[in-house]
Amino acid sequence: MSGNQDAMKENWWNRLTRSKYFVYVLISPIFLVLLAYVIYPFYQTFLQSVMTEEGATFENYQRFFGLTSTANLEALWTSIYISVISVITCAIVGVTMAFLMERYEFPGRKILSVLILVPMALPPLVGVLSFTFLYGESGIIPRFFQALFNLDSVPFALKGVVGVIVVHTFTMYTYFYLTAAAAIKGLDPSLEEAATSLGSGRIRIWLKVILPMLTPSLVASSLLVFMISMASYTAPLMFGVDRTMTMQIYLSRTNGNLDMAATQSTILSIVSISFLILMRWYQGRRNFQNQSKGIGVHRTELRSQWAKYLSMAFSFIGVIILMLPILVLVLISFSVDGEWTVQIIPTSYTLQHYIDLFTDERTWRPIWNSLQMSFVATAGNILFGVAAAYALVRMKFKGKVFLDILIMVPWALPGTVVAVNLIAAFSEPTVFSFNQVLIGTFWILPLAYFVRHLPLIFRSTSAALMQMDESVEEAARSLGANWWYTFRRVVMPMAFSGILAGTLLALVQGIGEFVASILIYSTSTMPLSVAIFQKMYAFQFGTACAYGVLQIVLIILVLFISQKLTDGKAGAAI
Amino acid sequence: MKNVRLETVSKMFGSAVGVENVDIDVKPGEFFTFLGPSGCGKTTTLRMIAGFYFPTKGKIYFDNRDVTTLQPNKRNIGMVFQNYALFPHMTVFENIAFGLEVRKMSKAVIKEKVERAQKLVHLEKYGARKINELSGGQQQRVALARALVIEPDILLLDEPLSNLDAKLREETRVEIKRLQVELGVTTIYVTHDQTEAMTMSDRIMVMKEGVVQQIGTPQEIYNKPTNHFVASFIGESNVLDGEVVEIIENSVKVKLEDHIFVRGSIDQTANGKKLEIGEKIKCSIRPEAVFEGPGVNELRGTVQLVEFTGVSINYVVKVGSNIMKVMIINKGNRILNRGDSITLHVPENGIYLIGE
Repeated sequence: MSGNQDAMKENWWNRLTRSKYFVYVLISPIFLVLLAYVIYPFYQTFLQSVMTEEGATFENYQRFFGLTSTANLEALWTSIYISVISVITCAIVGVTMAFLMERYEFPGRKILSVLILVPMALPPLVGVLSFTFLYGESGIIPRFFQALFNLDSVPFALKGVVGVIVVHTFTMYTYFYLTAAAAIKGLDPSLEEAATSLGSGRIRIWLKVILPMLTPSLVASSLLVFMISMASYTAPLMFGVDRTMTMQIYLSRTNGNLDMAATQSTILSIVSISFLILMRWYQGRRNFQNQSKGIGVHRTELRSQWAKYLSMAFSFIGVIILMLPILVLVLISFSVDGEWTVQIIPTSYTLQHYIDLFTDERTWRPIWNSLQMSFVATAGNILFGVAAAYALVRMKFKGKVFLDILIMVPWALPGTVVAVNLIAAFSEPTVFSFNQVLIGTFWILPLAYFVRHLPLIFRSTSAALMQMDESVEEAARSLGANWWYTFRRVVMPMAFSGILAGTLLALVQGIGEFVASILIYSTSTMPLSVAIFQKMYAFQFGTACAYGVLQIVLIILVLFISQKLTDGKAGAAI
Repeated sequence: MKNVRLETVSKMFGSAVGVENVDIDVKPGEFFTFLGPSGCGKTTTLRMIAGFYFPTKGKIYFDNRDVTTLQPNKRNIGMVFQNYALFPHMTVFENIAFGLEVRKMSKAVIKEKVERAQKLVHLEKYGARKINELSGGQQQRVALARALVIEPDILLLDEPLSNLDAKLREETRVEIKRLQVELGVTTIYVTHDQTEAMTMSDRIMVMKEGVVQQIGTPQEIYNKPTNHFVASFIGESNVLDGEVVEIIENSVKVKLEDHIFVRGSIDQTANGKKLEIGEKIKCSIRPEAVFEGPGVNELRGTVQLVEFTGVSINYVVKVGSNIMKVMIINKGNRILNRGDSITLHVPENGIYLIGE
């Protein structure tokens, strides 16, 4: 009997997988999830921004753009100019570094080429934290110079808009560095040789051959950095720049001005999504590909003696700048809380914070919360991210372009906006939350992480699937394997490294997520990042930094594993 | 060993025609080749037989079973892909065993069959190797073993030799043919290489722009091309414009350009076409059907180009305003120079009339 039933079941399943509507069976849950947790919340926020007691009006938008109170316009303007300057500074640093590292051989290049990616290991909050410890008004470096020259006050300090831009540059130049380095590595030397043979001089080659070849990657990085800068929240928060879009949303919310927060969110979303669409469009049409495989670029060795010394000094300074943020975190993580006040560096040290991390229930709690919530979110991400990637890479269906944009939208949306949207949608029972109020429960944070990090697994899996030749699947089918068997035995193992790289990344990002968490956490499920923030304000620097070091260790571990898994192609996932 | 039959099979891609009205009947055990330039629809037709595409119109039968819309995994076919499509995350053994595992055979049987298949393609010692540790030729043989080990009813080969270098291609060609003859499996082979098609096939289907041009044995295709395309695609041919001026019993007199006349036989007409006086036709004359010296259908011309290949001396000769390629077997003849005049003759059976 049961055998018969199995046969029936298999028939049913086989019939389903063979049907041309099967693809819709596969993608409808993805659409549903995106509808429920991306579109619907977004729509609710929009509703909140236009609905008043008298009905729908654009009063809030008039107020936003009106000249009676310019705070909002100022915020928009500040956000944009911070972003533009961040793009410029990141481009200068990132591309220069890429050229130096890929084109020249100099003492210290090897170590620098490893450390140059250190900023990627810094979670936003922890990064800003260490910068304030280092270069802030009571930071180590300014105080050191104050003491050195016996000054009345610190000679310089990182604060305000400049502080935000410096932090942006430090944390985001890697986007330019990675793409530019990849592009330079991919540059066929024979192109330059061809240009030389045709009589071009060095400058002409750069202007006419190298730069045009790099343009696509530079434009893509610029759009990316602009988008992330617009969404940046932690740096303005810590450096006290209130007049940025993200800060305005946060302030409007905490002041109870919910309509305005919704309006600001909607406007910021529109900016971000426009940039996303611009980016997708640009990526779609860029087509500079090298025709030949050939040998890689040769690095020019520095010959003159003074250039060698100069480069050694440069490497040394580079290493110091790159390592300092982590070193200072490690240093302070051993300091006794509350003892470090006006001294240059902490005076007394202890191992207690690290012991507390895992033994003290109150300190351990946020770590455990974040681990749990991130695991839940990541499990959902794997399921939907992999399915969406498979559907988009391998299947043909109506609405494909739409799904492609839709699934990347959460990636473009600032965390602040994601949080505001979720609040708007799930403060009341809805169908999508199974008639529960999610705000204030355990589930709202995993949901936020799920939405924010879905694109990570989606992208790394798509990248892996795109490299996989479709005929391999056809071969399995021709050998008698059905769809599911093929997916299990051929597709999954071949895409495994991509899926895992994305999964690990989503996991650590979930553990460190701050921007959305700060708006929607409840005290019973306080996540790690919020705990760091609170410890910071309670002057428990030691504990805050120990948390930070823990996060960094996790991230470095993940980056290392991904690098190994994908043969150094992990950049695709980030 | 199954018969494969396509009945008026057409495939549209949107509004573009992939293939149009293909009618073929591949006999059990036959080696059947789809030949044509790229984009002619040969791979599309193969993929419909494999089940990766379903025809827009028409039916496909294996023996007398309608398989038109059957899923590929239910067809019991063995397919070798142009890029081999081996599973990179599996060893040679695992690759070959894949189809047997799908068929839920016991471990012992699988082991025995895979080892036999490895032996068949001379890869006995390579079972534990990863795919990326193999050369192109070895990968090709794994792909072949993987397709054959499941004892397919039909073997489908999609340009399997196109990624190999010239020498290996020739070796593998012989190897595939040997296996096919030994196993007697019905084989459909897709290629754009006429040498492969001519040397391996029992029958060839020539395609162009989705339309079947001719189906026949290699000899038929070569000696009796049905149209200009087939004549010039398979081997080399001089296709000359002409006009029928006289028919006496079996003998046809054709006027070429510049009042040059040749006489051919009415039996040498494509598709048994009836000829009429005054009709415009084309004459296909193979370079090797032209001989040096006086004789029937004597032609006088000037040598335009000389090529010495060792086996033969190839001339391009201008006869009136007709340009002809001529291949003379090298028997130590004197080699003419550019500008020399030359006398040629073409036996009646060397002229093939292919209509317009």
